[in-house]
Amino acid sequence: MAERHQIDARGSYCPGPLMELIARIKQAGIGDELEVLSTDKGSANDIPEWVKKVGHEMVDSFQADGVWHVVIRKTK
Amino acid sequence: MKILIVGGGMGGTILANNLARRLKHELKQGKAQITMLSASERHMYQPGLLYVSIGRMATDALYREQTSLLEPEIEFHVDPVTTFTLDQNQVTTQSGKTYGYDMLVIATGSRAMPETIPGLAENSVNCYTEANAVEMWRQVREFQGGTVTIAVGVPHKCPMIPLEVTFVLHDYFKERGILDKVKFQYTYPIGRIHSLAPVGEWAKGEFDRLGIQYETLFNMKEVDGANKVVHSEEGTQSHYDLLVAVPPHKGMAVIEENGLGQSGWIPTDRHSLKMEGRDNVYVLGDTTNLPISKAGSTAHFEAEALAENLAAIVKLGEPVRDYDGKVFCFIEAGSDRATYAMFNYNQPPAPRAPNRAVHWFKMAYNQLYWASARGLL
Ligand SMILES: Cc1cc2nc3c(=O)[nH]c(=O)nc-3n(C[C@H](O)[C@H](O)[C@H](O)COP(=O)(O)OP(=O)(O)OC[C@H]3O[C@@H](n4cnc5c(N)ncnc54)[C@H](O)[C@@H]3O)c2cc1C
Repeated sequence: MAERHQIDARGSYCPGPLMELIARIKQAGIGDELEVLSTDKGSANDIPEWVKKVGHEMVDSFQADGVWHVVIRKTK
Repeated sequence: MKILIVGGGMGGTILANNLARRLKHELKQGKAQITMLSASERHMYQPGLLYVSIGRMATDALYREQTSLLEPEIEFHVDPVTTFTLDQNQVTTQSGKTYGYDMLVIATGSRAMPETIPGLAENSVNCYTEANAVEMWRQVREFQGGTVTIAVGVPHKCPMIPLEVTFVLHDYFKERGILDKVKFQYTYPIGRIHSLAPVGEWAKGEFDRLGIQYETLFNMKEVDGANKVVHSEEGTQSHYDLLVAVPPHKGMAVIEENGLGQSGWIPTDRHSLKMEGRDNVYVLGDTTNLPISKAGSTAHFEAEALAENLAAIVKLGEPVRDYDGKVFCFIEAGSDRATYAMFNYNQPPAPRAPNRAVHWFKMAYNQLYWASARGLL
């Protein structure tokens, strides 16, 4: 069963939301979704760029109450 | 009120001493009790390992006896915890003893795990343990030229190490007069050369000036030692003659074994530092799952906030402040220059150009650390 994991990287300047995602994705199963919460607007660009390069899948990206939610699916 | 601190590293030690000072009277009157359980009788100043790995510090300078750093009122045992029974407010240790508490603080730190990437442990050097730093110095000393690749796993403690190790090695080879035979290939997991954007910006200028090449969005997948190549998750590869690793880290095995947190990271409230779902368990330093630097300075500022709160709970029954995410990191920018980054949950850092004064302040801090661990600074 695929799961959804939330990574709360709000207020993260270091190591940064993408780094949090990279650290966590290894523990997830293939097909799992990971939702990163970030207050850093750069993440809305950084995360899709990495996801594309590595070959995972972008599911969603939206902003609500000043927090970016970037959702990806692990494909391999 | 029984306060039990598990872990006698940077976070645990600063907390225990700070708390002992705030609770002097309560400790004397027997109204409060502070016990520390740790895994070692010696305290290691881990940032010193960077200097060991380039032959600038002797290994014995890394250590002090833990008892010499603690206020006398603190009861200290070298007896690592094996089982946490949080529902019964107790822990069990390697010696078989059971310790109860009213408030528990977990500060067991983190460890480098090069073995989690195929081929990395056998084919790289790093500065994350004493043995590894000594071996790194041996290989660096014997290196006669070729490509030095720096490869970074996540998460890792001390966010500045990837840059610092590159800068100090650059200057070391320059001082040895073989820089023209050495090529630097720096790699980094995300789309810039450091996680802090302003630090990355500044470091990029330095790398360009020094002729250090870099590849971003590079996450180690495996190391092919026979062909001296590191492969990335992103499908690229980097050849090396000397592979300098910043290995991925995990928390201590005991955390995961006791079901306290995946990979050894304990889910922690970012402001109160309480373990999620527990009212009398707090987490400090590297072992939290907070999205901030795994650094001594993080442990230090968290310990100060927590000491104030735990003392207030003993005295008033309520905590008095929130931890604001404060971190301060020195950044060695070569053998005689340094800068720093200071930030919190709301305020990004704005590092300045490196200079000699900050480098000498870091050298002084290497000694001052012992006063800071005693809670004096
Ligand atoms: C090479 C290097 C350079 C660094 N440079 C810097 C720097 O310049 N600036 C900076 O701020 N930080 C730096 N750091 C990071 C810093 O050292 C750590 O982030 C810091 O030590 C974390 O503190 P801690 O209290 O969480 O854990 P630690 O200091 O690692 O302490 C953990 C403690 O827990 C104990 N323990 C482990 N298991 C158990 C158990 N089962 N029961 C009881 N006790 C246990 C251990 O014996 C130890 O005393 C550097 C680290 C390294 C390795």
